[in-house]
Amino acid sequence: MMERVVDPLATAARTKGVRSEAIAFLAMLVLLVLAPTVAYPVFLMKALCFALFACAFNLLIGYVGLLSFGHALYFGWAGYVSAHLAKIGKLTLPYWAGGWHWFVIPLPPLSPELAILGGAATAAVLGLIAGALAIRRQGIYFAMITLALAQMMFFFAVQAPFTGGEDGIQAVPRGHLFGLIDLSNQTTLYYVVLVLFLACFLLIYRIIHSPFGEVLKAIRENEPRAISLGYKTDRYKLMAFVLSATLAGVAGATKAIVFQLASLTDVHWTMSGEVVLMTLVGGLGTVFGPVLGAFVIVSMENYLAEFGQWITVIQGGIFVACVLLFRRGIIGEIANALRVRL
Amino acid sequence: MSTIFGIPSQALFGQLLIGLINGSFYALLSLGLAVIFGMLNIINFTHGAQYMMGAFVAYLVLQLGGLNYWAALIVAPIVVGLTGVIIERLFLQRLYKLDHLYGLLLTFGLALIIQGVFRNYYGSSGLPYQVPEQLRGGQNLGFMFLPNYRAWVIFFSLGVCLATWFVIERTRLGAYLRAATENPTLVRAFGINVPRMITLTYGFGVGLAAIAGVMAAPIYNVSPLMGEDIIIVVFAVVVIGGMGSIMGAIVTGFGLGVIEGLTKVFFPEASNTVIFVIMAIVLLIRPAGLFGRAA
Repeated sequence: MMERVVDPLATAARTKGVRSEAIAFLAMLVLLVLAPTVAYPVFLMKALCFALFACAFNLLIGYVGLLSFGHALYFGWAGYVSAHLAKIGKLTLPYWAGGWHWFVIPLPPLSPELAILGGAATAAVLGLIAGALAIRRQGIYFAMITLALAQMMFFFAVQAPFTGGEDGIQAVPRGHLFGLIDLSNQTTLYYVVLVLFLACFLLIYRIIHSPFGEVLKAIRENEPRAISLGYKTDRYKLMAFVLSATLAGVAGATKAIVFQLASLTDVHWTMSGEVVLMTLVGGLGTVFGPVLGAFVIVSMENYLAEFGQWITVIQGGIFVACVLLFRRGIIGEIANALRVRL
Repeated sequence: MSTIFGIPSQALFGQLLIGLINGSFYALLSLGLAVIFGMLNIINFTHGAQYMMGAFVAYLVLQLGGLNYWAALIVAPIVVGLTGVIIERLFLQRLYKLDHLYGLLLTFGLALIIQGVFRNYYGSSGLPYQVPEQLRGGQNLGFMFLPNYRAWVIFFSLGVCLATWFVIERTRLGAYLRAATENPTLVRAFGINVPRMITLTYGFGVGLAAIAGVMAAPIYNVSPLMGEDIIIVVFAVVVIGGMGSIMGAIVTGFGLGVIEGLTKVFFPEASNTVIFVIMAIVLLIRPAGLFGRAA
């Protein structure tokens, strides 16, 4: 980190990087603000939720080098909790005191922003538990552990009474934002989702470029060295994991409100695979890659819906092609060709 | 009827048997994963799909060629092993210099392709496969009824596991293999064709999955989805056992199968999740896994 301040070339590269990122951000902003004039708001909102999901996932794989294969856990469970809070509100928690009892918090159905907050908080707690377990092993084991824990919580979702099993939680009311703004209007809802997405996107950007983010990148490049420099890398990894899970939770909770539905699809391992695919296609470790990747994959699923089951085969093919032919992803290749940072 | 812990002994032993059978599949699959990981440094996500392919080869050679179960037990591992060799030559060998993660992602993609293609042709519902004639019926052991086929599955997979252990730990070929796992460059310098050994190792590991698939065919139906969930459980098994030890993989596989079976008797709601819970506990107590070496 010291070198970066002293080395004029590095400083120049940094300002150049900031400029390219600022231009790309403005372009993205303009496109997303104007997008409802050419595309369906519901499609765009879906893509935005997945874009945020992929950005959250990328925070781990791209900047700490940790491949979580179970991010559906946070996405899906945050969706369940926010759907429940928005539709029913009342919380019934089991606790043990010589026998099982129910502890009831008599909440009314909550407004969407509180429901999303509740979903994100759930994801944060789940991320803390799963992350604390998963960082006990390195590399490839990390991926297997996150996948296994997510599968465990998938089975919980199948069995737990409040998730509605195969039916999911349906007819979730969109409600009024802050009790004021009616979200039943698609365009209004789109801009609310857009603001939320941009806020989280900028937060992730801030995290990546903070001193904390620099330590994360140091861990990615050479963990033993980071340890020998005195960083408690486990704490950094756990913190990054919790942040990533929480933001994935925001994405899942928002998706549940937008689609008025929380279902098993969002906690299944295929969802974990999908977010990996989006990030890989866009570019691992790029700021804008996950956003583009999410739009590419969501539109692909939209337009290829008529092929039915072949979608899985196509997705598998894209995985193979990405790994063998262009590991940098779309944005990564562009950034490399233009010699800028994106 | 006699009871043990308030459970009818029939039910208890019945679930124990199912547990042993699942355990033998876990053992065969995690053994294959461990062998592949040792040589290729790749976690083979395609393993579940290759287990499914083994069952399908058994089904197809019966439908098309009239070859019975016993022939399938030999043909399936060879066919699936050959596809494994092709996969290794075409794709995996390009990844050895890269981060492990790319191997996982590539094999995940291959699993999606294989499972997707089979699902398109054969649908999601299972196809029936008959128990071979010689193994129909069963033995009355007094305390339970033991179907012959299930006894065969347990003994045969135990045999395959032990033979694998013997080959790797006690023969010259196994010694080369273990040496190449430790230091491929040095083994190459002794004039051993390490790349070919890697290819064959992958074919062999995949063949083990196919054997498990053939044995599973008469018990569960032959279905494109049969490998989808089992591979995640096997990952948990591998995390619990650690991939450093062949015997560890076998013991963990059978042991966890039995525990899962017992959970079905005493606390059925948790039977799907018990292996994952055990994984979490093992991670807390012994992060390197039961038989693993510390990283």
